[in-house]
Amino acid sequence: MTLAKRIIPCLDVSGGRVVKGVNFVNLVDAGDPVELAQRYGEEGADELTFLDISASVEDRKTTIDIVRKTAEQVFIPLTVGGGIRSVDDVNVLLRNGADKISINTAAIARPQLINEIADRFGNQVLVLSVDARRGRTPSGFEVTTHGGRQGTELDALAWIEDAIERGVGEILLNSMDADGTRAGYDLEMIRTVRAIASVPIIASGGAGAIEDFASALGAGADALLAASIFHFGIHRISDVKRFLAQQGYQVRQ
Amino acid sequence: MIAILDYGSGNLRSAERAFALTGHEVLVTSDPQMCAQADGLVVPGVGAFSACMQQLLEISGEDIIAARVQAKKPIFGICVGMQILFTHGLEKDGANGLGIFAGEVSQIAAPILPHIGWNTVRPDSESRLFHGVEESAFYFVHSYAAKNAVPESFNTYCNYGEDFLAAVEHENIVATQFHPEKSGAAGARLIRNWTETL
Repeated sequence: MTLAKRIIPCLDVSGGRVVKGVNFVNLVDAGDPVELAQRYGEEGADELTFLDISASVEDRKTTIDIVRKTAEQVFIPLTVGGGIRSVDDVNVLLRNGADKISINTAAIARPQLINEIADRFGNQVLVLSVDARRGRTPSGFEVTTHGGRQGTELDALAWIEDAIERGVGEILLNSMDADGTRAGYDLEMIRTVRAIASVPIIASGGAGAIEDFASALGAGADALLAASIFHFGIHRISDVKRFLAQQGYQVRQ
Repeated sequence: MIAILDYGSGNLRSAERAFALTGHEVLVTSDPQMCAQADGLVVPGVGAFSACMQQLLEISGEDIIAARVQAKKPIFGICVGMQILFTHGLEKDGANGLGIFAGEVSQIAAPILPHIGWNTVRPDSESRLFHGVEESAFYFVHSYAAKNAVPESFNTYCNYGEDFLAAVEHENIVATQFHPEKSGAAGARLIRNWTETL
């Protein structure tokens, strides 16, 4: 009896639709978010993540509406990220059915935001999303913004340690080198972060072959996030879980 | 009617919907009258123990809960809503709980915290709450828990680094450290097991 490794489909939402591209560009339509959320819930997803990648205020209202509708129909945890800048933003999302929220750019700009959210809602509500790539920082991994297009010269390990100290409850570790390639999770990055992180790690970016999921767990991930391979039906969540169970990993069947 | 005690921020929508699926009317409220009249009172809770206690006291929630305990009317505590039933919580600077159950709520001894995700439990063999879902996994998200059995109760344990209380069934009070409203079909069954007793 141990804690199950989690499989988390990620739904990038823009203009009320799920979209997916390679390295955050070339976006294509991948379906209706509420319908997809329901389907994934039925297929055994352990959590769902909505990432709001829309730019306009009008689009944000649509996303909140999607969160609300999903939370009313799918009884598994729901994480929402994208564009969250304040404690008020967090409150609105939680009130509309989100269980956890993920922050990224706004926390880099103002790290105190982490303390403020954790103090008010607890650190279990807060996921730090880190878009990292290889770079010339002390650990060899640099934090990026704007979907990997902009470097920050911030060292990924130093940032993660600081954020855990401030009160994040989980790390969503997105390898910008691996994202969208389907060439496998970034095992080196997962191992490096695992060595210093005292909170759960959700690995993201690069899932392709079914074996990739087991490799990422072997490298120290607690949960695995993937998008396009689920949206486009390359693997079903139930097949991934069956494979992981065969490999000796604890999963929720 | 089932009342869900609204004493602060957090996701009450899922709890509202999950309990409504049983066919009961569900009301999210902090009105003492409604809470007293309800067939069942759900006490949710997210965040730190001390923050939850503070918010609860602001709406005189301790009186609402005490009145129901005295009248032996059903209560269902969820997550921190379970923890605050105990004497004391050690999270952050520490705070006193409602003291309905004797015991302390302390950090789980595990290398990676919070304990986030789906874990199985060991229900008391006489548990009514877990009937039909004895082998199922439930969704946990917490770093603190009560560790010691509540006397004259059905105590259900979970293990993550160490054993801690995953659920208690004591007279008219049930409480779970996990989130049944987020635990899919197993959670829905557990909620129905409770509402069928109302």
